Amino acid sequence: MSEDHPFQSEDSPKLNSKFLFRWEKSQDSYILLYPEGVIKLNASGAEILKRCTGEMTVAEIITQLSELFIGAPDVEGSVYKFLEISHAKGWIEH
Amino acid sequence: MPKDGSNTEVVRLDGQGKPMWLVLELTYRCPLKCVWCNNPLDFEDYSKKELSTEEWKRVLHEGRELGALQLGFSGGEPMLRDDLEELVAEAEQLGYYTNLITSGIGLSLERLQALKKAGLKQIQLSLQSASRNLTDELVGARAHDLKLEVARMIKAEGFPMVLNVPVFRQNIDQVQEILDLAEEIGVDYLEFANIQYYNWALLNREELLPTREQITHAEKVVNAARERLGKKMTIYFVIPDYYEDRPKACMNGWGTIHLTIAPDGAALPCQEVRVIQGLEFPTVREHNLEWLWNDSPLFKKFRGDEWMKEPCRSCGEKEKDFGGCRCQAFLLTGDAANTDPACSRSPHHHVIEMAINKTHEKHREPRPLIKRNVGAVTVAFMDK
Repeated sequence: MSEDHPFQSEDSPKLNSKFLFRWEKSQDSYILLYPEGVIKLNASGAEILKRCTGEMTVAEIITQLSELFIGAPDVEGSVYKFLEISHAKGWIEH
Repeated sequence: MPKDGSNTEVVRLDGQGKPMWLVLELTYRCPLKCVWCNNPLDFEDYSKKELSTEEWKRVLHEGRELGALQLGFSGGEPMLRDDLEELVAEAEQLGYYTNLITSGIGLSLERLQALKKAGLKQIQLSLQSASRNLTDELVGARAHDLKLEVARMIKAEGFPMVLNVPVFRQNIDQVQEILDLAEEIGVDYLEFANIQYYNWALLNREELLPTREQITHAEKVVNAARERLGKKMTIYFVIPDYYEDRPKACMNGWGTIHLTIAPDGAALPCQEVRVIQGLEFPTVREHNLEWLWNDSPLFKKFRGDEWMKEPCRSCGEKEKDFGGCRCQAFLLTGDAANTDPACSRSPHHHVIEMAINKTHEKHREPRPLIKRNVGAVTVAFMDK
């Protein structure tokens, strides 16, 4: 990926410890809870965040997402984009 | 996976009819005497009516069943409840994101560690100024040094921390010094919250409301700090609705996402709502939360937009601001269904303009500030 992306394929993004990421039955969704806020994630966003444990590389996340969302166009680009936005919002760190 | 990278989209919860934000005002008791306190003027009357530990636990259970996610332990000073750790542990086990909203008084290292152990997620600490004399004068106690000590302890224990600074005429010119202090402490979120004028703050409004020039200057300082600090510290600056021309989207609409439980168990759409005369405030002692939230006349009173009068009724922004604040409409116009006078389209907007005019030096008659203190005002003749 290009230099301006916060993550390279060998990086292992990790959820910011201030955030709580979990399944919420009443919303039928994965949610991200943080001081004074709640964010509800769609299915693919949730699948990416689930893997931001600091142990899985971006390349591995892309491989797994490609297997989960068979036939989806540009999974790689979408994962990078999601990571970039999540990083800008402070949800994940290096 | 959706095309065009739209998996990056996050959906902000709109509540979908669920009280996502639950605030428990555990007590109105407090060791401080803040002149802008948003607790009721008759706060003294509640101390004997506080819910028991078991009653609060029932509220926690029923809240989760209704879909509440964010939980605030507030007050008064919640540290005055010696069952706080027990309630936090219960809330954690139920899956809430637990926030403690405190003045810091009574937050010893021992209790902080117990709260950590109970699973508390986040702490919002209030600070009123960057200098000892000013803080201590404003809150009516020797609190400044203690608050700073607590702030450092909170960071040392690894909690995310919101430093909440209520803003008014007497401290707004200290924004830079407070920013520097927050940066030095390592605050994660710094919130400059211009106070809202209800209860004690309304009583003292003429002395507390800052000038327009003060606000403009403070905003400039905050914007420069945001640029300098980037992601290191998130800075919120909430300007007072008196200067906004548009009303605030109060509570994101009446009975849409927010539920407050007062010390005596009254279920309220906001913390100030008891200022509105003529409403009934049933409690969790008589009803379950599900009924209180969904069906009580109080929560239905201003839900949706059926209740609106002109100019709100035909206004294109009614879904954005919900007509502003019902409490402010009542307090300043005498009718809670009126448009919030903070709105420039309100026929009562002149009451806001008059208050602003009085902030100019040439119109000011200096007055003493009335501290929130037992006996500071007599409420014996108030209609209840």
